[in-house]
Amino acid sequence: MKKFEEIKSVAAYIDRKNIDTDAIIPKQYLKSVTREGFGETLFDDWRYLEPGNLGDNHSLRKKNPDFFLYNPKYSGAKILIAGDNFGCGSSREHAVWALMDFGFNAVISTSFADIFYNNCFKNGLLPIVLNSENFEKITSSVSRENNIFTVNLNDQLISCVDFEVQFEIDKRRKEVLAEGIDDISETLKLSNKIKEYENKKFVKTPWIFNG
Amino acid sequence: MKKTLYDKLWDEHHIHSYDNGYSLIYIDKHLIHEVTSPQAFEGLRQAERDIWSKKSIMAVPDHNVPTTLREGGIKDPISKIQVDALNKNCKNNDLLKFDLEDIRQGIVHVVGPEQGIILPGMTVVCGDSHTSTHGALAALAFGIGTSEVEHVLATQCLLQKKSLNMNINIIGEMSEHFYSKDLALLIISKIGTAGGTGCAIEYTGSAIRNLSMEARMTLCNMTIEAGATTGLVAVDEKTISYVDKKPYSPKEEDFLEAKKYWKELVSDEGAIYNKTIDVDISKSGPMITWGTSPEMAVNIDGKLPDLEDEMYVSKKQDLLNAFSYMGLKEKQNVNSIELDKIFIGSCTNSRIEDLRVVADIVKNKKIANNIKSAIIVPGSGLVKEKAEKEGLDKVFLKSGFEWRSPGCSMCLGMNDDKLNEYERCASTSNRNFEGRQGRLGRTHLVSPATAAAAAIHGHFVDVRDI
Repeated sequence: MKKFEEIKSVAAYIDRKNIDTDAIIPKQYLKSVTREGFGETLFDDWRYLEPGNLGDNHSLRKKNPDFFLYNPKYSGAKILIAGDNFGCGSSREHAVWALMDFGFNAVISTSFADIFYNNCFKNGLLPIVLNSENFEKITSSVSRENNIFTVNLNDQLISCVDFEVQFEIDKRRKEVLAEGIDDISETLKLSNKIKEYENKKFVKTPWIFNG
Repeated sequence: MKKTLYDKLWDEHHIHSYDNGYSLIYIDKHLIHEVTSPQAFEGLRQAERDIWSKKSIMAVPDHNVPTTLREGGIKDPISKIQVDALNKNCKNNDLLKFDLEDIRQGIVHVVGPEQGIILPGMTVVCGDSHTSTHGALAALAFGIGTSEVEHVLATQCLLQKKSLNMNINIIGEMSEHFYSKDLALLIISKIGTAGGTGCAIEYTGSAIRNLSMEARMTLCNMTIEAGATTGLVAVDEKTISYVDKKPYSPKEEDFLEAKKYWKELVSDEGAIYNKTIDVDISKSGPMITWGTSPEMAVNIDGKLPDLEDEMYVSKKQDLLNAFSYMGLKEKQNVNSIELDKIFIGSCTNSRIEDLRVVADIVKNKKIANNIKSAIIVPGSGLVKEKAEKEGLDKVFLKSGFEWRSPGCSMCLGMNDDKLNEYERCASTSNRNFEGRQGRLGRTHLVSPATAAAAAIHGHFVDVRDI
């Protein structure tokens, strides 16, 4: 996984709570067997005025001019800001792949659904949880023209022209992103311990191995 | 120290503590389907890693399989690629899989318990959020993303931070036509779709003890819609007799040994929960969702929210969005809502008891003229076979329902079973999100009984009145 680097970008804001993973990436695109190419269908139902399918040429589909990411002031945004409980619903990691493939590197909200939150860290997407006071501070400045935010993971800081806010992230998650850690390699370092555990388990609860 | 059921399951599977608050947890059972696994197998191949424990895996295609005309295989070429990828990955690695032609094929969360592959005390994961279903068997079960699927394939473990213990204690007893689906919707309407975030929920109360195992599965299944990835019910005699004599459950002496272990899978008297919520069901009736989030639910004799009501001030925009998407108005009576389609199925409500309830209600009645299609999709080939032995299929067909082959079907509309734009559906599934059952489709989540009654009347009715 790539190491997380400081982001300097405009932030795109969608004032909506409970954005579910079905909205982030609809089911028809889940038939893909790769991790790539989901960006063009991010928020598909909101973004296009006609239905689409995997394999379509999406540039030919009629776009919804009112879709928030088509607002020129959000062009090139690497930071997404959305309401409470972002990423609820299905466990599909395709939601994270779609956000990243579109160009987002960080999502700011007041809360995230658990599985989505986990999935972010496996792919280098930084989910930032802010309290409602700081969240309002950020959202109220988003509407200003040319408002560039900097997200610095090391200092746990979001800053813009006239203020900055601190965010919390646990130590382990921070390391994973900052160093681009591969969890599997880390876990395999404990192979012997896992085997020891399994050996005890064969005796104590042999019915576990019922496959 | 007194432990909750969740504490016990956690401790039993805990392998290692890191100094950063994370733990390495052992995973006993890994369920796999065609949609969230191909990229995980690909990742494994690229990194040249082996599967840690092949015996821990059960695979079954369910999400995008057709529920009609299966002879000759899958017609949709894109779906076929995905199911073929699952076949290939399982064949190359010698994994247990129930093919489309196998009578044991079905929805992964129906098949696992049905086969005795899921047993009390196990840790269970699947790249599907409704893995919470298996908590009904006192298994610590939760959904994971594809990268974590890969992690479990390669290491048999997951890095986890322990969740908080939440107790949802049910006060009062279940009344006639108030089913566990209604109970789940009632709970979600009270605590919200993020109410359980960061928590493992254990359901307690005598009403829970009186639920059948299948009803408990429905309740635990819907736990993810309250934001908690895990929902649990403690072991009792019902749990033990449910797993007895299943194809993959332990036999004879081994069963007796296992039984001793399983009986300990209850929260200790006086164990501490981080949060406890009492939910009184003594005056509750059938529930129905009217909006685009499972928390937007009311009693069948209720109305849509009144925007002038104080309690909705902060939610006004969400409500307006939902009214607009659903084509409904504030203060509208829910039982006046007319329907186009009926879907009975999904990992929430497609088991034999669900089908029996439907058959009881629709027997010798016809579905209403305004219903364009009413489909019943059993949860597995074995559920289908059982229903047919009981003659339920004939009841359904006579009433005008279609009787399909097992799969996830219209719960998420990955196959051909979906809603067209603006069609309105009474659905026994678990999510009423925008576009969930088809672009611009409108979903109302209900119990099988309420869906059956709606099919006959063409609009929602209180199933207690018929």
